[in-house]
Amino acid sequence: MQPVVFSHFCVVTSIGAGQAATLASLQDGVSGLRRSNSGIAPPSLYVGEVAGFDEWSLEGDWAGFDCRNNRVAAMALNQDGFLDAVAGARERHGADRIGVFLGTSTSGILQTEIAYRQRDLETGMLPANFDYARTHNTYSLGDFVRRYLRLDGPSVVVSSACATTAKVFGNAVRMMAAGLCDAAVVGGADTLCGTTLHGFRSLSLVSDEPCRPFDAERRGISIGEGAGFALLEKVAGGRDRRARVLLLGVGESSDAHHMSSPHPEGIGARLAMERALAAAALTPGDIDYVNLHGTATPVGDAAEDRAVSDLLGRTPCSSTKGFTGHTLGASGIIEAIFSALSIVHGFMPGSPHTRTVDPTFRSRYMVEKRCTSVDRVISNSFGFGGANCSLVLGRAG
Amino acid sequence: MRVYVEGIGLRGPGLDGWAASRAVLVGAKPYLPAPASIPASPLLPANERRRTVQTVKLALAVGAEAFEAARRDAGATATVFTSSGGDGETIHEILKALATDDPELSPTRFHNSVHNAPAGYWSIATKSHAPSSSLCCHDASFAAGLVEAAVQATVDDRAVALIAYDLPYPEPLNSVRRVGAVFGTALILAPRANENSLAQVDIEIAQAPGKATPVTHPALEALREGTPAARSLPLLAAIARNAPLTLSLDYVPGLRIELSLACVAALAGDDRGREAHRAGPW
Repeated sequence: MQPVVFSHFCVVTSIGAGQAATLASLQDGVSGLRRSNSGIAPPSLYVGEVAGFDEWSLEGDWAGFDCRNNRVAAMALNQDGFLDAVAGARERHGADRIGVFLGTSTSGILQTEIAYRQRDLETGMLPANFDYARTHNTYSLGDFVRRYLRLDGPSVVVSSACATTAKVFGNAVRMMAAGLCDAAVVGGADTLCGTTLHGFRSLSLVSDEPCRPFDAERRGISIGEGAGFALLEKVAGGRDRRARVLLLGVGESSDAHHMSSPHPEGIGARLAMERALAAAALTPGDIDYVNLHGTATPVGDAAEDRAVSDLLGRTPCSSTKGFTGHTLGASGIIEAIFSALSIVHGFMPGSPHTRTVDPTFRSRYMVEKRCTSVDRVISNSFGFGGANCSLVLGRAG
Repeated sequence: MRVYVEGIGLRGPGLDGWAASRAVLVGAKPYLPAPASIPASPLLPANERRRTVQTVKLALAVGAEAFEAARRDAGATATVFTSSGGDGETIHEILKALATDDPELSPTRFHNSVHNAPAGYWSIATKSHAPSSSLCCHDASFAAGLVEAAVQATVDDRAVALIAYDLPYPEPLNSVRRVGAVFGTALILAPRANENSLAQVDIEIAQAPGKATPVTHPALEALREGTPAARSLPLLAAIARNAPLTLSLDYVPGLRIELSLACVAALAGDDRGREAHRAGPW
């Protein structure tokens, strides 16, 4: 594929709002996992909650969109000069030539959970002020962000579980290749809700301690939340010379194995990485670092270790889930942004909470941060339904 | 973007498969709305069929029908699933449980609640490692899916299956989100014509003002307006008619999808090949 400029980005997770706070936490090894005080999760559970999102309540014309998911999205869009960057892109390309391709798995379903607790005792009806289309519906996020950024290009929301905000890079690249837009805003948001917290617990996939990716004693995921957005632009024409990161490849695959458990041999994961490398016209030896999916489930980490070590041998790798928890549908964009920070600032993040790497694993998992030049990164995202996506990001120029 | 439609699956009220529905869509047979029937999927083992939710059944049924008609290998074909929402019954049961003091969710119900559950079941059933995306664009979900599938077919230069489906929600969700009927359709899109091509379709995104092209029959038009996946009906009717035609679909605010259909000359009026087709690769 033609490389695409990963020109501007913004991010919010439990480790910080904006790139500077995020970078400081990643470099200092500060995890955002805490015992829950959201009222959504049981208080004993460790979660990665976004602090301060309530200040972004949506009012006036935006009030219909008001829900936790869109608030966290709005908070992210207001970080890192992203609104100005999009305004610049509107000038360069025209609002109708910028697409909006976003992902979410939770959308604003928390709003419906709240509404169900407020059902009318006699009729069973939901409260009159409940706005399904602008909160619960999966496209709510796309509708909100497209209006908020005043963009008029094509748009869709992809909801392929935890691979979704990696997959949206593929949608954007294809739409640009087809000539339907010249730039795109990609990314998305996923936020805490009862559906995912109790759903993952029903599968016995949630740890009772902060998650420990790739640890011999890993006991499951910690659920996190967050949002991230990136502006992608064609390399030719309108290229921002300050851009330091390129999207080089996207690879997607399906496991064809099980609805909620990865293929034990990591077949789908490996296919996604191979296809991303092929799209980038690179070989395994060109990759300096892998930002793993690494959610800290016993089966998931073992499958990914197998796929990564089979394909990439001893290439350094780590999961950043120990920082943020598993941000589910938002993990693709958040970790693509972490990968971009690795390239720009020359470091590979360590792995908070991981103590002893599983001795049966063959990949080169880094518990400690390493400061070194990073030119090309693979970022992995895998999800329910066997949806897999790998991205290759590289240094520009 | 130019794509060729190779095979179609269709299930809706009074629309029991593409072959049986063509005469209705061209007006040669009366439209008799009856509740949609969803056949048991040949793709699922018997024990899976029982616990499978309606969205999955519907998506798999129309997908299988389209692949059989196109005589394509489902195990090697990329898929684009699109729906305006998730599985209503599943979501309702989860929301009900979460409103109690001590929520207990069923693991199966949880995995069925994800928007890409049909895509997951599909890839398992067809043993497909091909890429698959699950989209949502509220009322414009069919149009958004058609754009994405056509983009994939042309940019990646390979066949893509578009599978669109919607079902009504149970109360109280039905009162805040009205979906008129059970409706599913699947279209296999390919970048080049072959002996199975049914129509050539040029697809453009336009900033044109105006209204979406309706369907002529009032009951079918009500179905189109009330059910997001049924926004496909004008396209399906045009393909059934097999005559050159342009039509317009609603998309995201400010944009429309303009479609130009052309007959596939070699096949015009000749259905013998399709009528004689054998079972699909599975």
